[in-house]
Amino acid sequence: MAIVVKRPKLTFGEKIYLSSIAKGMMITIGHFWRALFGKGTVTMQYPEEKWDENLPEYYRGAPALVTDEQDRERCVACQLCEFICPPRAITITPEEIPSDDQWAKVEKRPQKFEIDMARCIYCGFCQEVCPEQAIFLRKDYAITGVSRDEMVHDKKKLYEIGGVREGLVNKWNKLK
Amino acid sequence: MEQAEVMLDLLFYIFSAIAVAGALGVIVNKNPVTSAFCLIAAFIGLAALFIQLDAYLVGIIQILVYGGAVMVLFLFIIMLMDMASEERRRFGLGAVAAGLLVSVVFVVQLLRVLGDYSPGSKVLGVLPADAATDVEQIGKLMFTQYYFPVQVVGVLLLIATIGVIVLSKRELK
Amino acid sequence: MDWINIAVTLIKIVVLTFMVLLPMIAYSVWAERRVAAKIQNRVGPNRTGIPFTKFGLFGLGQPIADGLKFIFKEDLTPAHVRTGYFWLAPALTMVPALMTCAVIPFGSELNIAGYKIPLVIADLNVGPLFIFAIASLSVYGIVLAGWASNSKYPFLGGVRSTSQMISYEISLGLSIVPIIMIFGELNLTEIVKWQDANGWLLFPFWGGGEFWQEALLLIPVVISFVIFTVSMFAETNRLPFDLPECETELVAGYHTEYSSMKFALFFLGEYAAMIIGSGLAVTLFLGGWSLPFGIGSELVDKPLWLGIAHFFSFLIKMIGFILFFIWVRWSLPRFRYDQLMRLGWVFFFEIALANVFLTAFILLYFN
Repeated sequence: MAIVVKRPKLTFGEKIYLSSIAKGMMITIGHFWRALFGKGTVTMQYPEEKWDENLPEYYRGAPALVTDEQDRERCVACQLCEFICPPRAITITPEEIPSDDQWAKVEKRPQKFEIDMARCIYCGFCQEVCPEQAIFLRKDYAITGVSRDEMVHDKKKLYEIGGVREGLVNKWNKLK
Repeated sequence: MEQAEVMLDLLFYIFSAIAVAGALGVIVNKNPVTSAFCLIAAFIGLAALFIQLDAYLVGIIQILVYGGAVMVLFLFIIMLMDMASEERRRFGLGAVAAGLLVSVVFVVQLLRVLGDYSPGSKVLGVLPADAATDVEQIGKLMFTQYYFPVQVVGVLLLIATIGVIVLSKRELK
Repeated sequence: MDWINIAVTLIKIVVLTFMVLLPMIAYSVWAERRVAAKIQNRVGPNRTGIPFTKFGLFGLGQPIADGLKFIFKEDLTPAHVRTGYFWLAPALTMVPALMTCAVIPFGSELNIAGYKIPLVIADLNVGPLFIFAIASLSVYGIVLAGWASNSKYPFLGGVRSTSQMISYEISLGLSIVPIIMIFGELNLTEIVKWQDANGWLLFPFWGGGEFWQEALLLIPVVISFVIFTVSMFAETNRLPFDLPECETELVAGYHTEYSSMKFALFFLGEYAAMIIGSGLAVTLFLGGWSLPFGIGSELVDKPLWLGIAHFFSFLIKMIGFILFFIWVRWSLPRFRYDQLMRLGWVFFFEIALANVFLTAFILLYFN
């Protein structure tokens, strides 16, 4: 069914738009005056002022690997994150855990784990897809380097950013 | 006063050169847009010559009306036309003959008129210092002595405008 | 004496265009960005000050940095353009805008060691007409840019600007006819002198003149002022009427294909036209260089300090008008094209025409 849109009937004053123009101009000049005296400006002067302490819990910064309380690297090199990563920033080279290791039954661990931060788009898919709670997006955002190589975070760097994270599900622990 | 006259002469030759070169460019160039721009250059050179004769209003109107309005419309139409076909077009014998005839007649006319005067035989009088500005003088003439022709021209323009509207509206139907 | 006159004129050209107008263009770009930022509760460019120090100076170094950036950017000439015209177009927008400043009276006169130097480059008897004539040539830059770029968006922009500028030239020209009738004068210097003696046209509250006639004349003057200002916005392609470069429809309009300094010339040409427009509006309506409340108007022999005060009075009024341009740009939305044409042809043209008759009536019967 056709819908009849009712156009409001404008008075003469509204038709020549002068009053609305004046109203709009008053609003903008009000903002101008307030901003001129430093009020109402919401811009943060970045390198001097930072918002770090106000970053919310869910902030998506640089992805990083974590170890748990037993100092075990949680990543099992399942490569799910590598597959889901939209810009293909993650490269994992898996290796077998030797049989004399304490965690031999986990079977796999990453030999190399590299995230190219020049490609990463901070989407958080890796964190979401990880079945081991091994990769998390941290609050680091100023990731810089002077070459492309410097922008690649290797395993060491990733653990350095991630650190130890407690209170995660430990499904590989021996049943008591 | 010597230097000022040297400078005026120099300016006269510069602007005449612009006007003549522009006029030549109009007929020499194959690209219509280039021709149009040459015509504008010719108008501007001409306007400068008028201004040198202290005829400020005529010079300014030359730029304002011909340079600023008429030629813009010309250019507008040229740009909307198919340029490639225009550049390829060859002239027929009849067109060349007619063009030659017109120019020969014009040159003969010019020579007859110019032949009556030798250079320097007629010198323009110097305006008195307290004379009214040219705008005022032209205005006074237009609205007193030549009031009727001005009105006739106005009516003519009005008729032309109405004619254009009627014709273009008829085409829409 | 002749050579001195020529030298003085040359110095005036250099000083007024290259040391007053060009810095004003550069800093009006800065002002535009700062004011826009303030209106939108931002800060704007505030860091580019003295290099290698922490002195930001409110970002006053920004125009210089912008200029350097424009010069060092790659100058790209696309393969499909008509090269000659492509190069000519930016110059054709910039040059007329700078040429028009020849007749604007920047100040009364500087009395240096008994030698009076009027602060206007060419004291023509057809001032406003000269400005309109030269400004009407600036449409070629845009048309040519649109055509020479040989691609569709610039072409549409060029077509739009042609019809827009021709349409608004008419109302612009008609709107100042009543003003010229009141002054009885086409010489901009004389017009300012008249206002110096009789009060500014928009504020005729001091100086001579009959009260009733002045009060009645305010009606046509205000109408003229509104039409003139709005048409000036359209002529300079400023925002409520910036359809030739309307980003939402035409990418960047006529200068889509331009880069580097050629783009900068278009950009600066727009601001130059805006400044000259402000200068003309100030000269015609706001008393030009004259000081408010008739200060110093009774002095025939103007001392040096008064000449300098007049110069700065003109600059301040002009800057105020430029700020008004900027304020409007960041407040009002863009017109639709048919609305623009309707406004120009149906309203302004008729009102301006009626205004001429109204003024003539008042001048005749309330004299």
